Amino acid sequence: MSRLETTLRAARDAGGKLLVPYVTGGITADWTDHLLAYQEAGADAIEVGLPFSDPMLDGVTIQQASDRALEQRVTPDRILSDLAAVRDRVRVPLVAMTYANLVVRLGYTEFCRRLADAGVSGLIVPDVPLDELGGLDDAAAAAGVDLVLLVAPSTTPERLDDICARSRGFIYAVSVMGTTGERADLAATATALAASVTARTDRPVLIGFGVSTAAHAVAAAATADGVVVASALMRRVLDGATPEEVAVDLAAIRAGLDTVATGTSTGSTAGRVEQHGYARAARA
Amino acid sequence: MRELLVAVGRPEVSSSVMREPADLGRFGEYGGRFVPESLIPACEAVEAAFREAWADPRFRGQLDRLLTVYAGRPTPMTPAWNLSAELGITLLLKREDLAHTGSHKINNVLGQALLARRMGKTRLIAETGAGQHGVATATAAALLGMDCTVYMGAEDTERQELNVFRMKMLGAEVVAVHSGSRTLKDACNEAMRQWVARVDDTYYCVGSVMGPHPYPWMVREFQRVIGDEARTQTATELTAGVPDYVVACVGGGSNAAGTFAGFADTDARLIGVEAAGGAAMTDGAPGIVHGYRSKVLQDANGQIAEAHSISAGLDYPGIGPEHAHLGDIGRARYVTVTDDEVLDAVRRLARAEGILCALESAHAVAWVMRTAGSDELPPGATVVLTLSGRGDKDMATLMERAQ
Ligand SMILES: Cc1ncc(COP(=O)(O)O)c(C=O)c1O
Repeated sequence: MSRLETTLRAARDAGGKLLVPYVTGGITADWTDHLLAYQEAGADAIEVGLPFSDPMLDGVTIQQASDRALEQRVTPDRILSDLAAVRDRVRVPLVAMTYANLVVRLGYTEFCRRLADAGVSGLIVPDVPLDELGGLDDAAAAAGVDLVLLVAPSTTPERLDDICARSRGFIYAVSVMGTTGERADLAATATALAASVTARTDRPVLIGFGVSTAAHAVAAAATADGVVVASALMRRVLDGATPEEVAVDLAAIRAGLDTVATGTSTGSTAGRVEQHGYARAARA
Repeated sequence: MRELLVAVGRPEVSSSVMREPADLGRFGEYGGRFVPESLIPACEAVEAAFREAWADPRFRGQLDRLLTVYAGRPTPMTPAWNLSAELGITLLLKREDLAHTGSHKINNVLGQALLARRMGKTRLIAETGAGQHGVATATAAALLGMDCTVYMGAEDTERQELNVFRMKMLGAEVVAVHSGSRTLKDACNEAMRQWVARVDDTYYCVGSVMGPHPYPWMVREFQRVIGDEARTQTATELTAGVPDYVVACVGGGSNAAGTFAGFADTDARLIGVEAAGGAAMTDGAPGIVHGYRSKVLQDANGQIAEAHSISAGLDYPGIGPEHAHLGDIGRARYVTVTDDEVLDAVRRLARAEGILCALESAHAVAWVMRTAGSDELPPGATVVLTLSGRGDKDMATLMERAQ
């Protein structure tokens, strides 16, 4: 268990709901200012996209953000050295999100080592599913990086068991059968999925994909431990909003989540406490 | 399997190489199923359905009948009399250009469309580059009464306007893809995204021997009818029964894989011809794109590179994983030709034989023209060349180049 999971568990066990915003690395010249602004707005961890030319699981917003960053000739190394430069000021754990080819290009071991050197403690690679891990999980663990696996509404119960057992950091519950991107409502599939995951693991469970508003986050956090917010924030960035302006949106989601956090525990949480004997202090 | 092949009257071709892939769709170190978790059950369902259908004589019978009475199979094996004399070799052309819709793409599409219907799907989606696979998919959808949406890079919709219109005439919806390089690779991404969102009623009809397992294997099996027929035809056309060389163009590699499959167990030399501007085997490095691991054109950081070829159908940065494997083990050889050689080849074949082939197919022709009489292709050699498609779609490009 690396810093990512320790931090998220601690925040959750203290009764908090988890908020993980996303930024595409290199989207603007001063993109690391977004990290600092997110941190101020109450992020528990931050997901940093290492843009890929062919983002198969991303909707239009993240596609555009990736294209824009790549037009400026952003490389993984540049992004990681930018991160290393703000290391002292970014206290929250960082999770890199990218696609398989960037990882295999360097080799699993070398890629994970570079992440760790830059202070990144988590990794998400959506096109490397459970069956194709091929040692990526071991390479990540050896470097002290938590490899976060995804579950989807279509995931079978047997696979859910396996993924919950092998994911580190948190379990990423993909809310909907679809790509990243803003949606009018939180998909009905989201909470059902989160419920079956929380029943299987005591690791933090975050819902992502389409979480766009405070209301969505509140609805998601009724079952899950928190949310990942990406496209809604990146659309603002693409439209030219400053880090401070984007952080105002994030702060509103934080405020929403905090109303849930101070509430009493839900049925499913109680079930989980029993099942795993975990003390979830502030919720109990 | 043995009895089945006999039952449907196909020549029995056993091969130690081009067989079923190993676990998780591996051809050596290539292949696999690198897709988001959401698509895993969909890929598993396609695999299960294909295994079952391919072992079911009724399915094989249905497909055979469609290939015969609808697609016009078997396609002829035409001796290229005049070119053979000019080049000092014996050149036989496997005429996929004469198949319905004008290319080999129909073989694969009829197989997958029947499979989709068997799986209870009502809608086909596809990616397309030149538009040939899109046209074939739109055709099968019309025939089987299914809805059809084709994703095509915005740049390709401009380059291949005629095929866009053909697809629309056939009742398909054509969606121009504006992300990334706005070409075939981006159309593949978009088709995958749209499949995730509608897996319940939608079947993704992949156009070549690429994509996540089971597609590279399944598409090769649906295309092996080219090689199986060619094997029967050479048995009577050639005194040796088997040609010295088997040559086909390679984009994703489906017409080549289908052709090679018929000769993999012989001592025929297998030659895949890529476009010099899209030569994954020559210039690519191992990588992962569109759900599979293979050789891929990419930069030092792993960003996928754009291919550049005069033929939209070969403008693809990857290559089917089985080809990467056949290349590694030395069973097949992959070579390249330039746009200029291709343009010359189209003209020369047209004037010598009265056959106006597709720019893609002309890559194979260009290699034969370049090497005939050399050590690479010695005088007197016998050659089977798959002419994957006809040139009608390329007339606008050829007119532009002629000016
Ligand atoms: C006529 C023709 N030949 C060849 C190809 C390349 O595909 P493959 O390499 O899968 O045969 C295409 C693709 O559009 C085509 O239209």
